[in-house]
Amino acid sequence: MGLLEVKGVGKRFGGLQALGDVNLSVQENTVHAIIGPNGAGKSTLLNCFVGKLIPDTGSVMFNGQSVLGRTPFEINQMGISRVFQTPEIFGDLNVMENMMIPCFAKRDGAFRLHAFETVENEKDLVEKAEQMLIDVNMIDKRHMNAASMSRGDKRRLEMAMCLVQDPKLLLLDEPTAGMARADTNNTIDLLKEIKEKRDITMAIIEHDMHVVFSLAERITVLAQGTPLVEDTPENIKGHPKVQEAYLGEAH
Amino acid sequence: MLGLSKKDTKFLFIVIALTAATPILLQPFPEGSAMSQFNAGYPDLMQRFAIFGIFAIGFNILFGLTGYLSFGHAAFLGVGSYSAVWMFKLLSMNVLPGIILAIIVSGLFALVIGYVSLRRSGIYFSILTLAFAQMSFNLAYSVLTPITNGETGLQVTLNDPRILGQQVAANGNVPPTNFFGLEMGSSLKIPVGGWEFTFNAGYYFCAVIAILAFYLSLRIFRSPFGLMLRAIKTNQTRLNYTGLNSRPYTLAAFVISGMYAGLAGGLLASMDPLAGAERMQWTASGEVVLMTILGGVGTMMGPILGAGFIKYFENIFSKINENVLHQWFSFLPDGLEGFVIWVAEHFVGSGWHLTSGVLFMMVVIFLPGGLVEGGQRIGKKLKRKKSDGDGDDAEHHPKQSPHVAE
Ligand SMILES: Nc1ncnc2c1ncn2[C@@H]1O[C@H](COP(=O)(O)OP(=O)(O)O)[C@@H](O)[C@H]1O
Ligand SMILES: [Mg+2]
Repeated sequence: MGLLEVKGVGKRFGGLQALGDVNLSVQENTVHAIIGPNGAGKSTLLNCFVGKLIPDTGSVMFNGQSVLGRTPFEINQMGISRVFQTPEIFGDLNVMENMMIPCFAKRDGAFRLHAFETVENEKDLVEKAEQMLIDVNMIDKRHMNAASMSRGDKRRLEMAMCLVQDPKLLLLDEPTAGMARADTNNTIDLLKEIKEKRDITMAIIEHDMHVVFSLAERITVLAQGTPLVEDTPENIKGHPKVQEAYLGEAH
Repeated sequence: MLGLSKKDTKFLFIVIALTAATPILLQPFPEGSAMSQFNAGYPDLMQRFAIFGIFAIGFNILFGLTGYLSFGHAAFLGVGSYSAVWMFKLLSMNVLPGIILAIIVSGLFALVIGYVSLRRSGIYFSILTLAFAQMSFNLAYSVLTPITNGETGLQVTLNDPRILGQQVAANGNVPPTNFFGLEMGSSLKIPVGGWEFTFNAGYYFCAVIAILAFYLSLRIFRSPFGLMLRAIKTNQTRLNYTGLNSRPYTLAAFVISGMYAGLAGGLLASMDPLAGAERMQWTASGEVVLMTILGGVGTMMGPILGAGFIKYFENIFSKINENVLHQWFSFLPDGLEGFVIWVAEHFVGSGWHLTSGVLFMMVVIFLPGGLVEGGQRIGKKLKRKKSDGDGDDAEHHPKQSPHVAE
């Protein structure tokens, strides 16, 4: 049994069959990449895991429980954190405040009327947030306004916000899209570091083959809404069907 | 101290000092002088400063923190006033039960209206709150007449039961509102030289409650709850994917701000025991929006400044009439005097709305952060002059996020 079990998932948008019949199993403590050409349905699939979309058919089980019909915040409370294709952060708040919010969410649940405490007095959580910022090399930016940072730093902050929750599963939708080479390499290093430091399962959607082959332990190739093959990076590289459907065409 | 940071404690003490000294500060011109028109140190107006300050502080908890713009908050003000007057009729003229009931009833009202309105955001939320408030206003005039006494408004009469208090005072009138015997209308007048300062019990009662209300909102601003509300304003998507349910947070903010409005309504009735439906009209809802924006949305001092500003102009400018203008401009040659007065009279008396409209537009255009931003700019200019030559140029430092304060 994988941490995330996807069985027979299908999704239509009007006349378009975005996902056909997807079966997928993400094993604990692995980095699982989902690759495929543009429009293959990768983001659609990911949205079915986090409660943004409800598939027409099939089931998505996380840690033995179905996620279907649950809202994004409930799914996050189950242990899935998500990084978006364009970083979603709290732009009006500073970096430290951005970090404190997931800390509170993890400790206090989806809602708590903590109107008479003071954010600075939550020493344990402040410490945890600061440690995370040290881990991602952002501690010197803690007072900076989040919206005023570079895209690379926003991405870094978003990842830190997800990681500080100690998620069981981290979902990343094209984490290096639109990044310069240097930033991409930084992100790869950061993800590798994270992987070494803690037990974490990641499902990563990626376009950039360099990123995929540097990080992934399992790869699923998606084409026109159906998985083509699932294998180790070495085998995927040499797979004729993949060469034809994806690697040859895209790069 | 009091669970506040050093800076906030200082802040609170400044507010306390200013509130305590208001009867003196607002009376800068000697009695009978030409400028005494501009004195604002009389009880009725000072009470309004405190009461509408409370109203705006509460409104800012919703609008300033979450960004949800309610156009119906006057409904809670009205509900608060009706509740309080009913207590004066049924129980006694002591203001405490009236104020407590005002807070409870408006809170329940806000719970219902908020629950429905918060299913939408942005302009749809605003329209829903407006619709609810107008509905309450119309109901108060029509079917709810047994409770609201319709157009006449709800008043205390000699026939009210007042089971815990006096039905009729010794002088044959309805007894005055009081706080365990301390009459709200009683004042201590102290003449000093050409000045006369009025220390009114009602004002100080409102002021103490206003300070408590301010302190509470300060705590909310600095709390994890307040942080969540600010996060809602910035990015609800991120908030939801971070495991937080935004609905109960916005609802709690809505109810809290509704209770602040109810408290303000209860205090209005405590100062003058009557309640009318016009208190719930959309213009009254709009006024608190103006106060908050004028002062500075999302800042601590903004709503108080905005409330003071608007209430001051409403009272002072609307008092100025043609006679007063003639006195002022009598030094001008006749033709010119006539012209100047003709222009000026559009901005005073019942035309004061024109003045407030122009001022509001100027603030929004030139000081988008409200009066607070104006204060900050002046403060910065002064600081820069002081530290000129230090070579410490703030602009070369990374941008710091604006602190929700000042
Ligand atoms: N909300 C939607 N409504 C209609 N069509 C959609 C929607 N989301 C995605 N699609 C379509 O589904 C297909 C798969 O999209 P997507 O999952 O974003 O692809 P990928 O992320 O692999 O590039 C595309 O053809 C896209 O146009
Ligand atoms: Mg995509």
